[in-house]
Amino acid sequence: METGNLLLLLVVMIAGAYYLGHRRSFTLARPLGGIRHLHSLPFYYAMRTAIWCAIPALAVLGAWLIFDDTLIRIMVMGSLPAEVLPADASSANLLLNQIGNVANGAIAADEVSTAVAAAAEKLNNLRSLNSMALAVVVIVVAMLGTAWGWVKISPQMRARQQVEKVLQTLFMLSATIAILTTVGILMSVMFESVRFFGKVPASEFLFGLQWSPQTALRADQVASEGAFGAIPLFLGTLLISAIALLVAVPVGLMSAIYLAEYAPPKVRAFAKPALEVLAGVPTVVYGFFAALTVAPVIRQLGESIGLDVASESALAAGLVMGVMIIPFVSSLADDVITAVPQALRDASLGLGATRSETIKKVIFPAALPGIMGGILLAASRAIGETMIVVMAAGLAANLTVNPLEAVTTVTVQIVTLLTGDQEFDSAKTLAAFALGLMLFITTLLLNVVALHIVKKYREQYD
Amino acid sequence: MSKTTEQVRKSLAKRYRAEKMFKAYGIAAIGFGLLALVLLFTDIIGKGHSAFFESYVQMEITFDRDTLDIMDINDDEELNFANYDGLIRDALRAKFPGIEGRQEKRELYGLVSTGAGYELRDMLMEDRKLLGKTVTLWLLADDDVDVFVKAGSDDRLESRLSENQKTWIETFEAEGKLELQWNKSLFTHGDSREPELAGIWGAVMGSLFTMIVTLLLSFPIGVAAAIYLEEFAPKNKFTDFIEVNINNLAAVPSIIFGLLGLAVIIGLFGMPRSVPLVGGVVLTLMTLPTIIISSRAAIKAVPPSIRQAAMGLGASNMQVVLHHVLPLALPGMLTGAIIGMAQALGETAPLLMIGMVAFIVDVPGGPLDPSTVLPVQIYLWADSPEQSFVALTSAAIMVLLTFLIAMNTLAVFLRKRLERRW
Repeated sequence: METGNLLLLLVVMIAGAYYLGHRRSFTLARPLGGIRHLHSLPFYYAMRTAIWCAIPALAVLGAWLIFDDTLIRIMVMGSLPAEVLPADASSANLLLNQIGNVANGAIAADEVSTAVAAAAEKLNNLRSLNSMALAVVVIVVAMLGTAWGWVKISPQMRARQQVEKVLQTLFMLSATIAILTTVGILMSVMFESVRFFGKVPASEFLFGLQWSPQTALRADQVASEGAFGAIPLFLGTLLISAIALLVAVPVGLMSAIYLAEYAPPKVRAFAKPALEVLAGVPTVVYGFFAALTVAPVIRQLGESIGLDVASESALAAGLVMGVMIIPFVSSLADDVITAVPQALRDASLGLGATRSETIKKVIFPAALPGIMGGILLAASRAIGETMIVVMAAGLAANLTVNPLEAVTTVTVQIVTLLTGDQEFDSAKTLAAFALGLMLFITTLLLNVVALHIVKKYREQYD
Repeated sequence: MSKTTEQVRKSLAKRYRAEKMFKAYGIAAIGFGLLALVLLFTDIIGKGHSAFFESYVQMEITFDRDTLDIMDINDDEELNFANYDGLIRDALRAKFPGIEGRQEKRELYGLVSTGAGYELRDMLMEDRKLLGKTVTLWLLADDDVDVFVKAGSDDRLESRLSENQKTWIETFEAEGKLELQWNKSLFTHGDSREPELAGIWGAVMGSLFTMIVTLLLSFPIGVAAAIYLEEFAPKNKFTDFIEVNINNLAAVPSIIFGLLGLAVIIGLFGMPRSVPLVGGVVLTLMTLPTIIISSRAAIKAVPPSIRQAAMGLGASNMQVVLHHVLPLALPGMLTGAIIGMAQALGETAPLLMIGMVAFIVDVPGGPLDPSTVLPVQIYLWADSPEQSFVALTSAAIMVLLTFLIAMNTLAVFLRKRLERRW
């Protein structure tokens, strides 16, 4: 039976368990004189029975699905005669793939050795046996659970408390998914990075000036050694982010100041959401705009004044990325500026300062920590931005700070290294995870500092 | 008049000038932002609007049994593989007689799309009596023809078509047998190497399945987490740690979630690549912080008097939450969920990591079929060399933006209609 159908059946069984529990609570209540003599409402007895049906069965199903592939693989490999058993892990994988293909019918059974054909047949047998056994076990567990829940129903039972406890635990588990995600991210990048640093020394990665991750795929292939010095990537990322911030910070800040301090309510009601549309446009659209519209324009402008501009210049990507993060800066700055107490403004204006003087000398210093926090968040956004640079910045790892040349970034390299066809454990793919680790650490630090500043600042005026 | 007043009066003009300048900077900043927005939209619409229509040529097609090379009209197998391109070639040769040389013939045949034959097949399959008859039909033109037809008279000189082909097209145009028709294939086909046949339907379905998975996972989990953190969590280190994690995850670059998906969901759990199910799980992890944060705000907005009244009537904590707080907070939560979904719909980078960039022609039929999504399709087309793909990419962007605008409008509408002010 397929897992999807099994799940559907399980849902029906859970509904059945609910119904049985509901009926039993009424049956038990009748001789006592109505449901008010029960400890809990019939709903809770029914829910309790349904939970007893669902949770053990789902737990068994989940554990089974996690382990069955590994078990089947071990059993198939164990059934192979000793002379065809492969020596190392990669040829074992190849053999397993071949067996799998024969079993699926992708390769005809008469094209392979008899041992493989026999193993494929065994694989098919095991698979059908496995799904049968899974269905039987899950259904039996669900029935046993239902029966147990049903039998235990009694007028004194504290069903409501038990059901609420289960629900609360479920809610807590949902909340811990955030922790699990962080742990998962850390584990996945750390694990592969450690393997990468086993092949390439960390000092070379962090301080090397040469990035050309082309390594030989086969041992006999003629290819360059592959250099994994990530400094050009870091520099490229910083260059593009700096251009973006040079655009976004002045524009975002001034728009926030204008909207918060000068704009009539009607202008504010129109301009604020209009600017926020910029944040809602998907980054792939900005990438397309940067690569096909902005970059050619910049190139032509440069040529008309006699400058040599690369067709994938850092300037184009940076400018468009700057436009993208304007709303981040402006809405965060707007929040902190409006949070500055009105008393400060009134005092300054009352002493005869003009509005711009009030803003520059009083409001801006008061709001500065919050604004700094916003800028740091915008910087972390710029560093982690992927699609704009993938589409508009180049692949060439040039060590330069000239915005008219092509540079590449950390995110571009992660995408290029991981979207081709390659072995999962080559230095090339592992390098992507090492870059991911760098990216994660950098953005995490920026975020922690920024959130800390913003939070501290908020408390100041609350 | 005192000395200070004198000084102040002298500096006033300068200070007022500075005031005006400052205000002007503010207006200029807003103007820059809005200008960028307008430029972006006009550029996309300007490039993309032409892709909603494509060129068709009218021709007399004879369903000739010998050219088709079929024996039995009722044999589906034979009908499926018959030589439909031959029919089109015959019609083209009949239209422009006296074409000799191989090169010239190839140029002539190149006027009509390679996909036009399939339409003839479908027609014949539908109505087998057509065999041997001659019908006047609109056939899909090749994308180079399409570019030429849509180009202005100046750009026509730069077309990559040969002189012969230009003459033939102008003959068609003069006879009124060439016209722009609604681009059906854009909304019915999957991806294709031929721009005139390529469509976004496969990507739209892929996006739909991915979004369904994301919504089904992220909304219940997000709401449950928000309820726990707002209503049940004790004030301790563990709760603080969860909150720190949520806030940080909201700012982690999306590509990192792609790495997580690749290493854990595909690498460790052995799920298949390129399927909406995995994409949905990755996007769930990415949008969860957004949904949790907005759901918590919605729960906070429910006034304490509601809780107190319910408790006063003897409801348990859980009953207070499930029977009173949750229904009142639900509209706010829905708004947050829609905004989170809109974010997920426009996301590209993490899906590149889990292999949803493959070239997939078939329209996916479920969350376990390999597929791509709309933003990834845009990324793939933006990389294609053919000129027609620029218009197609812009058209796909217009469709994506339409979806996003619709979702955000719905969120604003829900907020206005359902959210209660206390």
